Amino acid sequence: MISVNGAPRKDLDVVAGLVAPGSRVLDVGCGDGALLRLLADKKQVDGRGVELSQQGVNDCVAKGLSVIQGDADTDLADYPDDGFDYVILSQTLQATRHPRTVLLDMLRIGRRAIVSFPNFGYWRVRLELAVDGRMPRTANLAHAWHETPNIHLCTIRDFVELAEELGAHIETAVALDRAGAPINISAPLRVWNLMAAQAVFLLERK
Amino acid sequence: MSQAVDNEPAGAGAEPRIFLSDAPFDTDGGGRIDGLQIAYETYGALNAARSNAILLCHALTGDQYAASVHPLTGKPGWWDAMVGPGKPFDTDRYFVICTNVVGGCMGSTGPASTNPATGKPWGLDFPVVTIRDMVRAQALLVDSFGIDILFCVAGGSMGGMQVLQWAALFPQRVFCAMPIATAARHTAQNIAFHEVGRQAVMADPDWRSGRYLEQGVRPEKGLAVARMSAHITYLSEPALQRKFGRKLQDRAAPTFSFDADFQIESYLRYQGVAFVERFDANSYLFVTRACDYFDLAADYGGSLAAAFKGSKTRFCVVAFDSDWLYPTSDSRAIVHALNASGAPVSFVEINSDKGHDAFLLHEPMFIATTSGFLRSAAIARGLATEDA
Repeated sequence: MISVNGAPRKDLDVVAGLVAPGSRVLDVGCGDGALLRLLADKKQVDGRGVELSQQGVNDCVAKGLSVIQGDADTDLADYPDDGFDYVILSQTLQATRHPRTVLLDMLRIGRRAIVSFPNFGYWRVRLELAVDGRMPRTANLAHAWHETPNIHLCTIRDFVELAEELGAHIETAVALDRAGAPINISAPLRVWNLMAAQAVFLLERK
Repeated sequence: MSQAVDNEPAGAGAEPRIFLSDAPFDTDGGGRIDGLQIAYETYGALNAARSNAILLCHALTGDQYAASVHPLTGKPGWWDAMVGPGKPFDTDRYFVICTNVVGGCMGSTGPASTNPATGKPWGLDFPVVTIRDMVRAQALLVDSFGIDILFCVAGGSMGGMQVLQWAALFPQRVFCAMPIATAARHTAQNIAFHEVGRQAVMADPDWRSGRYLEQGVRPEKGLAVARMSAHITYLSEPALQRKFGRKLQDRAAPTFSFDADFQIESYLRYQGVAFVERFDANSYLFVTRACDYFDLAADYGGSLAAAFKGSKTRFCVVAFDSDWLYPTSDSRAIVHALNASGAPVSFVEINSDKGHDAFLLHEPMFIATTSGFLRSAAIARGLATEDA
């Protein structure tokens, strides 16, 4: 189990579980490098990272990870086609300026893309807006509306629609609860969209 | 080849330590130097496996005195902030080598050295050397220590160009590399500033077509002007504004003359005068020329990625956001190429308002980056453990 600031990040275990051993991985928005380190230790992955914050990059470099200071919105264009087996974007898609372009770049750079994001269709989110009439604030969406970096929130159904529009095949989808643990439910997408606080998708270029 | 084993750093007034090559040195430009000398300093001790050596490459007007007192100025070494016991380039752990480049004027063969063919100073008969020549000369010294693989090659500015050249020319001999505040090729603007400096030197009547040493004069005014204009490019506008602004020098009001009324004028004049005391004018022509000719991609069919093809060297590229001489975009071009070649590369853009010279100053985030990178590389190389 990995932890970030003492809090367990079960979602990273889920993401790591989707990666084949020995593959080449680009982690976009890699933070302090916790996932890359996990992938290197457990899956012998050749991992690279992109991180915006100077402190995050320094933390990664000190761990012996190869990380480039940069921005998903502007810097993915510089990466050559098919340089990686997987491109991972963990809890960052909703904070990008152009999520569609970012996803297209990910599927160009890697044959597979792993994306995790908070589900705005989650029942607690709906309830706050419906009952209280306020912008929702949850464990995964903790910011007030006027200071949130999350400018492109979506629901699971929205994401599935975009993935299909981009011609990506959804290889695996995992619904997560508030703590990031997988929910094993066998139910239609509409139910998923209500029950999951977060989701992780493994997309494959067709 | 001579073998050098003296590890004591030089102090003020000390004779430089010299490696003498007994083979003729052929330059990229088709010239030949017989009796090539490379002046160098070392810090720390080489381990039995000869696996802990770091080569530091100096910038345009730097020298081998990275962490020892400069024999002419009496000032601390140019990378005193970074090299020493417990510092990022930890001399308790690593054997640090720093050479004066070929074409320099602190003991390595350069235009002020005696041309063995004539018995007079080389002057402009000295062959125009390249960054690659500098690196090949350094390799001769590294060979003389019996070192096959350098743990690290690091340097800023022109030193960073040498780092890139080392990694391209000897990929198997560089375990990790730190090109700092540098570029893989000189831009038109870079060349333009250098040309202004060279023309200032050549316009000085005491330059005497480069034969000033034989005539007992020195083009001090020209070289000082060259340094003044270059020095502006090493600083950022915000730093200049913060340090000097429009402040007057030791006076309450402008004098309506061409005295150094402004502090910035006085500062630049001082930089110019101090520089000519330690640097040779012809050397300045040659080292600036070496930078201008540097275009690493051009040597590899126009592809910078091809220069690093198959490289296993771990890179940490560092830029400073207020550096307008070698801006972040230059570093990103290097990173882009390294990514395309598949080499393991990290890139950090350090926030600082100190401009290009930031790499020589005490910048805590830069020091932290360097320490972290070297430490993780040392663990991978078996020179350190997770605990110590």
